[in-house]
This record gives sequence, structure tokens and C-alpha cells, in this order.
Amino acid sequence: MTRTDPLDVPRPHARLHFGVFFQGVNHWTIWSAPDSGSQIDPASFRQVAQTAERGLFDAFFLGEGLRLREVDGRIHDLDVAGRPDAITQLAALAAVTRRIGLVSTSNSTFNEPADLARRLSGLDLLSEGRAGWNVVTTDNAWTGANFRRGGYLDHADRYRRAEEFLTVARALWDGWEDGAVADSAGAPAWSAPGAVHQVRHQGPQFDVDLAPTLPRSAQGHPVIFQAGDSGEGRDFAARNADVIFSAHGNDFDDALAFADDIRRRLRAVGRPDDDLRILPGTEIILGATEEEAQEKKHWIRLQQVTPATALGIAGLLWGIDLSDRDADGPLPEEDPVVTENDGSFGARRIADPRAVVAEWRAKAQAYGWSLRETVIALGPQRGHVGTPSGLADKFAHFVRHGAIDGFNVTPYLIPDGLDDIVDLLVPELQERGIYRTEYTGPTLRENLGLRAPLTHRSAPDRRQAG
Amino acid sequence: MSGPALHLAVEIDGDGAHPAAWRRAAHSPDQLLTPRRVAQVAAIAENAGFTLITLDDGVLPPGASPDPVGRIGAVERAAFVAASTSTIGIAPVVPVTYAEPFHVSSQLASLDHISAGRAGWVVAEEERPEAARAWGRPLVADADARARESRDGVEVARALWDSWEDDAVIRSVATSRYLDRERLHYIDFTGDTYAVKGPAIVPRPPQGQLVVLGRPDRVPAAQLDVALVEGRDLASVATAAARTAAPHVFAEVEVALDTPEATAAERLADLEQHAPWTDRGRLRHIGSADQLVALLGDLRRHVDGVRLRPLVLDEDLAVLSRLVLPALSERRLVARPLPGTSLRSTLGLERPANRFAAAALATQEDAR
Ligand SMILES: Cc1cc2nc3c(=O)[nH]c(=O)nc-3n(C[C@H](O)[C@H](O)[C@H](O)COP(=O)(O)O)c2cc1C
Repeated sequence: MTRTDPLDVPRPHARLHFGVFFQGVNHWTIWSAPDSGSQIDPASFRQVAQTAERGLFDAFFLGEGLRLREVDGRIHDLDVAGRPDAITQLAALAAVTRRIGLVSTSNSTFNEPADLARRLSGLDLLSEGRAGWNVVTTDNAWTGANFRRGGYLDHADRYRRAEEFLTVARALWDGWEDGAVADSAGAPAWSAPGAVHQVRHQGPQFDVDLAPTLPRSAQGHPVIFQAGDSGEGRDFAARNADVIFSAHGNDFDDALAFADDIRRRLRAVGRPDDDLRILPGTEIILGATEEEAQEKKHWIRLQQVTPATALGIAGLLWGIDLSDRDADGPLPEEDPVVTENDGSFGARRIADPRAVVAEWRAKAQAYGWSLRETVIALGPQRGHVGTPSGLADKFAHFVRHGAIDGFNVTPYLIPDGLDDIVDLLVPELQERGIYRTEYTGPTLRENLGLRAPLTHRSAPDRRQAG
Repeated sequence: MSGPALHLAVEIDGDGAHPAAWRRAAHSPDQLLTPRRVAQVAAIAENAGFTLITLDDGVLPPGASPDPVGRIGAVERAAFVAASTSTIGIAPVVPVTYAEPFHVSSQLASLDHISAGRAGWVVAEEERPEAARAWGRPLVADADARARESRDGVEVARALWDSWEDDAVIRSVATSRYLDRERLHYIDFTGDTYAVKGPAIVPRPPQGQLVVLGRPDRVPAAQLDVALVEGRDLASVATAAARTAAPHVFAEVEVALDTPEATAAERLADLEQHAPWTDRGRLRHIGSADQLVALLGDLRRHVDGVRLRPLVLDEDLAVLSRLVLPALSERRLVARPLPGTSLRSTLGLERPANRFAAAALATQEDAR
């Protein structure tokens, strides 16, 4: 069965891109199931990457956290934790994969440009043009306790540093002229004299002077990802990124609003509004029937939100230690305690806990939910649930209307969690003409359908962008 | 002959130890920085039966422009090689003069996971002032200050490797705890120039602690598993070896070997037209494979291993793997690493007890 593209949609020929997010610290990866594998064994990473590559995914993606999470001064013990250094792990995967992109989340606050730019370049060369860098800035000060610089850099300065970091990194990546290195051992010199340029940068954040040690890769330089949701984060992405790893991919209207906002910001900085791919993180739960998919979702949520995890999540909302309560009982009677700093590292700040608790109470009462059921029902809504064919239709709608360019899929099971997506959903997407049947090219940039790196565009390209 | 086998390491950065080595390489310069080349050299070393490869590194270009100025980071190359080999030990050179010890520790622990316990670390220093300007950090000017950064960097990395006990991941379904926080430890390191809180973000490496190699005059012996000693002749190597308290001693040996096409002396003379092979006070063998076998036999009386630095990898590695290692192996002077064996076990080093676990046990026993 082949369906033709409907032509009455904004983007009739749009393609869906998939990345896989091998999660680090999280409670969404089910570790308690018998078929849940190791979270650190290289075999797990290899299997997930190779399955994704079999499914023609664009990217294998690793997150980063540079300090273990704590709740009230004690290390949080309920979540999966303990992960490899991203670039190191990805360099190993470069040896056992051929086409899939390898994206590292690496912090611009707790790295230095000379070092990080070189590590990313090395990954890009070892993978022959498949590297990506998700530029994050860290939204806390306590991570600093593990680093020479220590302490805190405020929100605005973190993005300023990130932007200047990227400027230096790009200068380093562009420091060698194409063909700088001799193509014969009989050449008069290893590199053409003058073809490697010293990079001197003096700015508010960095004062560096160095000779770059690496040529450009097959894709120019690593593809830039961005994951941050604030206005500053979005502007940073509009100015610098090739891909946004967003948190707006569940609800069509929310996703479209986010995409429109990004397109507006792109136009404002003079870039074409299709210059950037938006890949929200998502979970995909498949069943043979709608009912089966819902049952599976119910089972998955119970594994993810264990009684202890439910009490932990509610504890952060209430600002009270609830670990000795009954998760399957009613909501706590107490009012939430609102403090400036609750000493919990790694928890999202909740703007108005009183309002949230009031809403939880009302819903729990109306539906007769226990505390755990409430946490599951009203916590962050994750992902898409349905049959392969139903979800393929849904995703076709999302992508053809410009709400997303694809998804960064978080498997709930490691290492087998991608199998049904690759075996059952991908063929349905291919039938609808919204998913590739072979890799577009050897590089990540080509597979994502991106233009040349921002620093490599010729004058006509720039005019077109303007 | 009896006695423990000599361990053979080989340094495989670039095209060889000579600054003009690229002129005799079997590939064009623009092929040096490719995955194929990286994997190929490692595969040759593994097939030859070496115990260990080391990969030199630093933030500055390896040569003076316009001659070899390109180098992929040693940790990235090491990880790539780890995934494409199965038995050989892999030790990147990582200086901690300016680097973040927390990152270095995570990267090396990850390398040990990726290689299933075949990883080592050659501790080095960034000596030139240009390195400080490249990093954008205040200059660590004198030798003592650099030694302090090395010492503190190794201390932090080692403490972080212990900061997860081996069995910290408990996956207790009954209590829904993934970790046992009692088996995770803050290291609370405070040095002269920085502090590190911990614990690591990477679980304890498979070897417990990676094999740490370094110069005994730069890193305290107590922090080293393998001291790398230098000397122009056998006697000075023997003296240097006798002076170190590290568990193992490896001698640095530079080699240029006769090949079917040219003698070692001819090959060296060819390269010397372009650049000098700087004398760093290391034992240097320029000659036949047989003589090298004899030299290594003599060295075995004084050291546990040698790190060879071949003049030109493409030429000397071939002679090493065709003539030298087989001859040594025939005489049982070297043993090839066995599949599934950690670098530590190959070297006959114990897997260290976890300092925090040991302390916890001691407290428990005191309480009894
Ligand atoms: C979907 C998503 C994924 C993220 N993943 C990471 C991560 O792996 N590591 C990290 O340090 N920060 C991560 N972040 C945090 C951001 O990079 C950023 O530092 C933080 O959101 C603060 O910036 P903001 O105020 O612009 O959102 C992520 C953010 C989003 C939205």
C-alpha cells in the first residue's frame, strides 16, 4: 500500500527524523523489569545505537549531568544514575556504527573551548562527519563544586559564555583551510605553509590564543543542538543552533506554537525559517490495538512511578519529606511548604506549589485517585501511545503541519526498547512517505537535511537568509 | 628462561617517534587523521601481541608548523580503538596541568568500561607557556607547580574512581532503590588550587582503578602503578629502576630497526636531513631485530616492561611484529595478553580494594 502525499497541507513533502535519547539520570527507564539491561555496559549502548541505525535514525543522543542529584543533602537513590562521559562513549560507538549521528550533550559552563572543541572535532573525524554537540549551560550552581572554577554563574552569563564559547569553537573548527594537509608523503611539508591559522580571541569570557590541531570534517563541523526552554535559550538557538531538542512534542497545538515561536525568532535573526530542525523528546508506546497500547502504558507508568518515586515527586511539590507515607493512600493533608531553596539538587523549580496542590486535590477527589495515581495522571505527560498505524497517521499530521521535524525518542527499556519502533512503526511511516527508506548521505548534517554550517555559507546563501 | 615475562608497550601517536616520520609513512599525510588509520595501527599492535598501546597528546600541535600539526585527542582515539580491538591495553596520555580532573576521571573511567578493563592512563604535563594561553588559564609556571597539579589531578581521579563502591548499583525492586547511597561517597578533595566534591557520575571502572603510568620524578610513587624510567644506557636505566618504589617499572626505549629495504642507520639518516631526532636521554636502539631482542633480554633483569617508541610506525611496527615479538615469545620472554583479561591482570597487578568500602568495613569492625 502506498499513499500519496496530501497536497493541501503546509509541508506535503516533510520527512520525520528520529533520534534516540539514551537517558542518563532519570526514573523513566524501567530498570526493574527482568529484560532491563545494564545502564553502563558498552553492549547496551552498542545495541541501542545499532538498532537505531537499522531503523535509519538520524542520531544517537547522550545527555549529561556533572553532579549526582541530591534531595535534602542526600544522594537521590531511586533514579537510574551512573553514566559514561558522552564524547568518550560516542567515540567508541563511531567504531561500530556507520551512518547514525552521534550527539554529545556537553556543558559550556564547565568546559574550556580549546579542549571541548578539540574533543568534538576528534569525534567528528573519527565518525567521518557524524558528530553533534548539544550545547547546555547547566541551570544550577552546585555542579560547580566538582570543577576548578567552582560556584555559580548566573543564568544570563551562562548563555553569554555559551555564545562566546561557540564563537571560539567555530574559529577553531574553521582554523584549517580545506586541503591544508599534503596528499602525498613526498610533499615538501606536512601542511601547506600558512594554511593553519592561529586563533586569537579576547572577550569578556575567554582570552585564548592557540593553534587548532584538526581539519574540518566531512560535514564541516559538528551539528549544533540546543536544549533550553527560556526566552534566552530560544534566542540562543535561533542565532546558533541547527537542531532544537525541545520539550514540546506531546500536544499538537503546543508543539505548533513552539515551532512558530522558533520560526519567528529565526526570521528575526535573518535565517530562513526552515533552517533549524525541531526534535522534541518523546516516549512512544505501541500496542497491536489501541486498548493494548493503553494497558501497556498503564503498566509502564507503574514501573516508572514506583511508590517511593511517587512519594519523592510529591515530597518535592509539598516541600515536606513524605517518604514514610502510603503512596497508595490519599494525598497529604498538609499545605505545601514554600521555601526559596529546599536543598534539592536537580529538581525543577515549581512556580506556585500551592496552586498545583490545589489542582491535584480537586482532581484526586473527583476521580478517586490515590497519591501515586495522581502523580502519574498529573505529572508531566509523556509521549505518544497507540497502534503503529494510528501513530504514523498522527505523526504525519504533526510533521506535515510544521509542528515538529521529528522526535528524539526515549526508550523506556534498555537495550531492547527501540525494537518495536524500528520493526513496526518505521515501516508504517515509510508507507506514508514521511520517513526515509535509506540514509540520505554519510554525514549527520546531510541526514538532517541541513544547510552548510552557519560560518561556511557563501555570500549568496547569506543574502538568501537575509 | 624463567622468570616473569617482560611487558611490551608501544607508543603509536602520529607516524612515529621521529619528527619527520611522516616522510617515510606508508600513507599520505592527509590520511593520518582518519578512523581507518587509527584502527589499523591499533590492530597491528594487538595482533603483534603487545600488552599495551599508549597515545601521546597535549593541547598544542604535535610538531612545529608546517610539519605534523594535527592530532585527534588521545581519549577519543583510545575509545575508538577500544571498540575495535579485544585484548590489548590502551593508555591515552592525558595531562592535568590545566584540564579539569573531574572530566579526566570520567573520561578514563568510561574508557575502562568501554574496553572492559583494558584502560590505563599516562600522566603527563603541559610544560610550554603556549599551553596556558591555549587553555586560557593562568600559567602554571615552574616544575614544582606542574608536579603539584599532576599529583592533585591523579589524587582526584583515583578518589573519584573509588567514590562508587563496586556494588553501588543495587536495583532493589522491593524498596525501588536503584542505588545504595551508603555505597556512594563524597571525596571532598581540597588542594592548593581547587576543590572537588564528588562523587563521580560514572560507576567504578571495571578494574577498580585504571593502571596509572607516569614519570617517578613527576608523580609520587604511591600514585603510580607503573613508573616510566629513562636512561641512556642499561646501567642508568637499572639505577633509575632500582630507585623507584612503584609496583612496576617500564623503561623508555626508542627504536629504529633494519628493514628489508634499508638499514636502521640509513633510514634514520634519511629523516635526519629534515629534522633532528632530539636526544631526550632515553635508551636508543638503532640496528637489527636480533640485537633488539638481546637488549630486551638484558633489560628484563632490571625492569618489568618497556615502552617502545618506533622511529616510523609503518616500518618499525612491521619488523617488531614479524621478528621481534615472535622471537621474544618463542623464548618465553614476553607473554601476549589473553582475551577477556584486564590490563591489571595481564600486568600481574592486583585489583585494588575500594578505599571507602575498606574504611566502612573497618568502622563496622571497630563497632563490634
Ligand atoms: C529537553 C531538554 C533536555 C535537556 N537536557 C540536558 C542535559 O542532558 N544536561 C544538562 O546539563 N542540561 C540539559 N537541559 C537543560 C538546558 O540545557 C538548560 O541549561 C536549562 O534548561 C536552562 O536553560 P533555560 O532556562 O533556557 O531552559 C535540557 C533541557 C531541555 C529542555
